Amino acid sequence: MNILKLNDVSMVYGSVRALQNVSFAVRPGEWVAIMGASGSGKTTMMNIVGCMNKATHGSVVLDGENLSRLNAGDLTAIRRDKIGLIFQQFYLISYLTAVENVMIAQYYHSVVDEKEAMQALERVGLAPRAKHLPHQLSGGEQQRLCIARALINYPRLILADEPTGNLDKANQNTVMDIFHQLHREGSTIIVVTHSPEVAAHAQRVLSLEFGRLVKDAPTQRLCA
Amino acid sequence: MLVALLAVVIGATVFLGMGAVYYDIPRQMGREFRSYGANLVLVSSGGNSVLSLDDAKRAIALLPADKLVGASPFRFETMYYNRQGVTVVGADFTAVKKTSPYWQIQGEWPQKDDEILIGTDIAEHTRLYAGSFVTLDIVPPKGRKISKELRISGVVRTGGAEDGFVIMPMSGLEGIMGVPGTANVVEISIAASGEELSRFIEVLQAESQGITPRLVKRIAASETTVLSRLQVLVYLVTGIVLFLTMICVGTTMMTVVMERRGEIGLKKAIGAGNKVIIAEFMGESTILAFAGWLLGIISGYFFAQIVSMSVFSRGVEMPFVLVLLALVASFVVTLLASLIPVSMSTDVEPALVLRGE
Repeated sequence: MNILKLNDVSMVYGSVRALQNVSFAVRPGEWVAIMGASGSGKTTMMNIVGCMNKATHGSVVLDGENLSRLNAGDLTAIRRDKIGLIFQQFYLISYLTAVENVMIAQYYHSVVDEKEAMQALERVGLAPRAKHLPHQLSGGEQQRLCIARALINYPRLILADEPTGNLDKANQNTVMDIFHQLHREGSTIIVVTHSPEVAAHAQRVLSLEFGRLVKDAPTQRLCA
Repeated sequence: MLVALLAVVIGATVFLGMGAVYYDIPRQMGREFRSYGANLVLVSSGGNSVLSLDDAKRAIALLPADKLVGASPFRFETMYYNRQGVTVVGADFTAVKKTSPYWQIQGEWPQKDDEILIGTDIAEHTRLYAGSFVTLDIVPPKGRKISKELRISGVVRTGGAEDGFVIMPMSGLEGIMGVPGTANVVEISIAASGEELSRFIEVLQAESQGITPRLVKRIAASETTVLSRLQVLVYLVTGIVLFLTMICVGTTMMTVVMERRGEIGLKKAIGAGNKVIIAEFMGESTILAFAGWLLGIISGYFFAQIVSMSVFSRGVEMPFVLVLLALVASFVVTLLASLIPVSMSTDVEPALVLRGE
């Protein structure tokens, strides 16, 4: 059974067709990279899979839920319960400490548990920085904090948008190591990237051009 | 948010300050008006020209002591000076000083029964002055005409009928005319106006005998008019300030929501619903209102004192009910002002965080 299945999905903004008849499926525990140049439809794809937009045509089934039939409140619940989002620009709340930035995701999901939030920080190697504010962390640390926040509610799917876009080589490697660890633990990961180097870490690469899925092929793993 | 807090503090300050003055205006202005003379008179009922001072005292006892400024009995008799009739008034000067503090005396107040005040019109007409002696001819109700030499201790100027009277101590007049314990009128100065004064009159009418209470309409009506206009002014100023507070809080909250669009989008992206976002902002507004109210109590108290000292030269009390009303006003103004900006937060799309906006 697939955890995610897109069937003939299209997205039209006025006269612009951002996605055209895209179909693919992702199995549980699979690591998929979505590649494409600017304007290829990567972000639109992220928004649809991340339940932040609804496709104008076709169906998207995530963990057995047909997203096309859900209203805004239901989509919020799906985002909260089933998806962990990781952003290129981190989007941390500046006036909250590292551990509080993790706990806020718990707060919207169910109950706040500082011990569990600390464990999530430990998992990404940030426990010593738990009481630091985001501006006191390096770019790599901020991205690891973003990952800890995405993981805290045990999501069925991790969606990462250019997760290494703002990082240097060393931090890029650290983040990718964490992704490998998550993958080994059975997490399903979709990474949107324009970097072939990042995409090479995935099991499968989907290539988008002008809103169309032009390639769906396995990759040769660079790191085990 | 500091601007919004400042706006709420100013709103609460003005509300409390003006509210305290509003509550205190009748008391403050009532005392001011009392310097213009009595606002209530007691006269005899049932066709008698005189009333018993004992009846008058019983009637006065029906009035609240804390509001009674003074009660002054007057008795009018006719005497003759150089064969010309002159109205002689018996008065209790201690009471007159309370009920009619506007009397201007050139000379001294009478200290003895054979000392008198003469009105300024009489003084000009007769060329008499303080320190002169004058002989009045008197025809008591029972007995033969007698002459009495009296010393003029002072000349009184009131701008009213008293300027044409001779005024002497009540005890002195009673000694000459006999029939003690009576008066033609008792002037009462009481710190009340409008409906409250009307209630006192109703009580006196219902529960006193041989007495008819009458309103001094000239004083009472102008007092009521001035008070009501002052209170309307307080309403207007307070209303305008609260409205401006609402606009200031509203625009500040709108700016806050706009500045935090990214944060709102992120919160929605990680699972916060519109209700949660609205509750968070309304929670911030509630804290804002509460903090503004707390600070407003302190500054409002001092503001009220400053206003009252400047206008009435007296301090002012801060009723507890007003403090509670200020709390309600702070919450209503802040929450109403936040409604539109906070509702804007529901329009923020979570997708904007992925677009990097």
